[in-house]
Amino acid sequence: MSDAVEVKTLIIDEQEVSARRGQTILDVARENDINIPTLCHLEGLSDVGACRLCLVEIKGSNKLLPACVATVFEGMEVSTNTERLQKHRRMILEMLFAERNHICAVCVSNGHCELQTMGQEQGLTHIRLPYRNPSLNVDASHERFTVDHNRCILCTRCVRACAEIEGAHVWDVMGRGINSIVITDLHEEWGSSTCTRCGKCVQVCPTGALFDKSKVGTDHPKNPDFLPYLNLMREAQ
Amino acid sequence: MTIEELEQIAESVRLENAKFDYEVNVCMDLACASQGAEKLRDALVKAVEASGKTVLVRRTGCMGPCSSGPLVRVDPEETLYHHVNADHADAIVASLGGDPVPTLQCDLNDHFDKQVRVVLENAGHIDPEKIDDYISCEGYKALLTALTEMTPNGVVHRITESGLRGRGGGGYPTGLKWGTVAKAGGDLKYVVCNGDEGDPGAFMDRSVMEGDPHRVIEGMAIAAYAVGASKGFIYVRAEYPVAVARLTTALREARRRGLLGSNICGTTFSFDVEIRLGAGAFVCGEETALLASIEGRRGTPRPRPPYPAVSGLWGKPTLINNVETYANIAPIVRNGGKWFANMGSERSKGTKVFALTGKITNTGLVEVPMGIKLREIIEVIGGGVPDGHTFKAVQTGGPSGGCIPAEMLDIGVSYDALLKVGSIMGSGGMIVMDDTSCMVNVAKFFIEFCMTESCGKCIPCRAGTAQMHTLLSRICDGSGTMDDLELLEDLCSTVKEASLCGLGQTAPNPVLSTLKYFRNEYIEHIAHKRCPAGVCNIKAAVEVLA
Amino acid sequence: MSKLKLATVWLDGCSGCHMSFLDMDERLLELAEFVDVVYSPIVDTKVFPDEVDIALVEGAVASVDDEIKIKKIRAHSKMVVAMGDCAVAGNVPSMRNPFGPEAILERAYIENATLQQQIPCVVVPKLLKVVRPIHEFVKVDVFLPGCPPSAETFHTALTALVTGGPLDISALTRFGA
Repeated sequence: MSDAVEVKTLIIDEQEVSARRGQTILDVARENDINIPTLCHLEGLSDVGACRLCLVEIKGSNKLLPACVATVFEGMEVSTNTERLQKHRRMILEMLFAERNHICAVCVSNGHCELQTMGQEQGLTHIRLPYRNPSLNVDASHERFTVDHNRCILCTRCVRACAEIEGAHVWDVMGRGINSIVITDLHEEWGSSTCTRCGKCVQVCPTGALFDKSKVGTDHPKNPDFLPYLNLMREAQ
Repeated sequence: MTIEELEQIAESVRLENAKFDYEVNVCMDLACASQGAEKLRDALVKAVEASGKTVLVRRTGCMGPCSSGPLVRVDPEETLYHHVNADHADAIVASLGGDPVPTLQCDLNDHFDKQVRVVLENAGHIDPEKIDDYISCEGYKALLTALTEMTPNGVVHRITESGLRGRGGGGYPTGLKWGTVAKAGGDLKYVVCNGDEGDPGAFMDRSVMEGDPHRVIEGMAIAAYAVGASKGFIYVRAEYPVAVARLTTALREARRRGLLGSNICGTTFSFDVEIRLGAGAFVCGEETALLASIEGRRGTPRPRPPYPAVSGLWGKPTLINNVETYANIAPIVRNGGKWFANMGSERSKGTKVFALTGKITNTGLVEVPMGIKLREIIEVIGGGVPDGHTFKAVQTGGPSGGCIPAEMLDIGVSYDALLKVGSIMGSGGMIVMDDTSCMVNVAKFFIEFCMTESCGKCIPCRAGTAQMHTLLSRICDGSGTMDDLELLEDLCSTVKEASLCGLGQTAPNPVLSTLKYFRNEYIEHIAHKRCPAGVCNIKAAVEVLA
Repeated sequence: MSKLKLATVWLDGCSGCHMSFLDMDERLLELAEFVDVVYSPIVDTKVFPDEVDIALVEGAVASVDDEIKIKKIRAHSKMVVAMGDCAVAGNVPSMRNPFGPEAILERAYIENATLQQQIPCVVVPKLLKVVRPIHEFVKVDVFLPGCPPSAETFHTALTALVTGGPLDISALTRFGA
């Protein structure tokens, strides 16, 4: 039985690659320097399959699968960058840019924002969708950090980092649909929440939604790479 | 409890009922109850006492044609009275033994003749709060038969043989699903009943849970036996308080009779059911969101695989089926898979309950064999469009179903045929629209529903439905452009293909189907600033600029 | 070969894009081989010409006046280029959208004014309720995001446009660049 075999061979974008059983398509693609765009996935956190940017086509199926959670099987043929996928990716990015108030020019993350970079990579020069211009808060009550909901894309990396890595579960999502926002505790101000001030959420935030108050201008590079290392060290203990 | 004991109970109920010369059944389902069925029943009881006749006044579940309610059926003559109120009680009781009351009698032969009742066989005939009433209609016989005469595999095989497909909307073969859960490893498995019916205008599951709750419990128990589960959950939305109350009563009575609990009927099989209330989120009808909600987490879907059959509640193999699916189980076990497979069309077997609503004469619940023509449901069973208006479209499958135009009415109702014309079976909502409906406005209405009910987890559904709503609003108020129409189609494509769960994937259906069949209405709004149905409030000519 | 007629327009923006345009410095002379600047805030012409080949539009559409202008520009130009983030995406001017024009005027001319607290209503054009990018009003042929697009971006893009060469905008610039 092929399922018992630990090593699988498959084809991603016409390139033959090998994988371990249970690996996700995204993992295997990245090991082989094949870029699949993602915003909600982050190495070291659990996957939620929510941003839908990593959707890929599998030969023989009409359904698109999220590469971050779909696991490989023997003989699988994956296409990661077809015209159909590009079209959806651009539309999803347009939805994100139009959803809230993303003003790159005045953002602390200008120049190192994952959304901005991805927009450029996917060839987005303008947003066809009408901007929604919602009225959203900025919570600067925390002594070290600020959350600007105008820039949040609801990737929930902060929620997962706080719950899974820090173990505090201060962040979560409130509300439904287009009115969803991330909140601290039961929608209390961040400053008076049970936040441990570890700052992991800030480091994993792909945009300028969470940022460090002590930095000025656009000097806010984020370093989420500590996560896999931290996990590795914890497992070793 | 043994089959013989069940039969004894049934016999005693029959003997008890035989003491009465007449049975006056009062529909106490929501629609009738809201029009005073409770008072009517009290008045009937009083009138019976005063008359000295031996009459059984029985509260029942939904009889079907809700628009004619409150309904009363007098047995054994099967005389049906419509629009009955408490003032009519004396006349009805006086007529027993003589001619029926002509002013109240209704002729719904056309309505009933084409129907085939499997799921609703007991609805309108038994008192939903009396387990003995259910037992007298062969209730729990299937469960005991399964437990004492069949292997779990045998049960799965019978369900597979019946060709039953999930009635919640997806149409996944039930036997295949059961087989998967049965084969899954582990000693702890769960059986879940999805009673989170949230489609606007749909009330099939509510009627079953309110009118015949034991049927659902029996179906679940049989399923638990077949797949090897010992614990069940019924997830009911809190907006259905009567269903919750009836199910609670039913569970208590079933436990008291030893039909739930440890070592049911002296076998090694133990099973019990808990009720969990939904807090009003439409998305919790999606199975993975529902499971998250049962676990006490935020009700949002997760990507599948892994399917619940492999990793469901608390990571254990979980069988999740809809209320109507479970309601079909007992008759299939009793009558055999072939009996069920003989009904319906080639790939859609059995019957389906629909909630007929909108611009149609006989609104209410109907149960028809699969494969029946849409036209028959609407024109014959439903009695057509009232008030001299003409039929325009029927939307099947709830808010995310497609709108099917008049020229397509001759398709037979089945999972595949509906999919082919751009709609879905869904859970069985059927909303009829006439010439007074603007199809653009209809699409906007349903998108608004999907937008507010989106859980917000994935972007295409969260932002895409909101964008579609903006564009549709523009078109409706006369400020839309042809570019907007193109953008709308692109949005539909992405929301349909890229959304995480079924809610998002089907949300564009009303827009896509109206664009396909009623495109001219969109064009009229955009190019000529005119709403053909006269529904949309089109703004006066857009500001003229120098 | 006759030169192409180039117009540059300034709607609701900060003039930064025009500054960046001027930052092309000596390369402007190269460009002048191909184009005549027939209308611009930095030339004397007061009326938008009837026939323009390329119109570079800076700024978002924020007032009734902007809306009239952009429609006129479109009607008289063969190619409309959205120049910079304000024209492309609304950018900073659009930051008032969640609050609405009244709140902004109130803040600027009443709350923060020490003298003569009044909202201007004569001569100045009325603000639109929502600031929007120009492509929500007219068809736009080329989008050049950036705040502002660099002189390099202008040079490469305009050279491609006037010579008809290939142009990959995403390789040059992005939102907020």
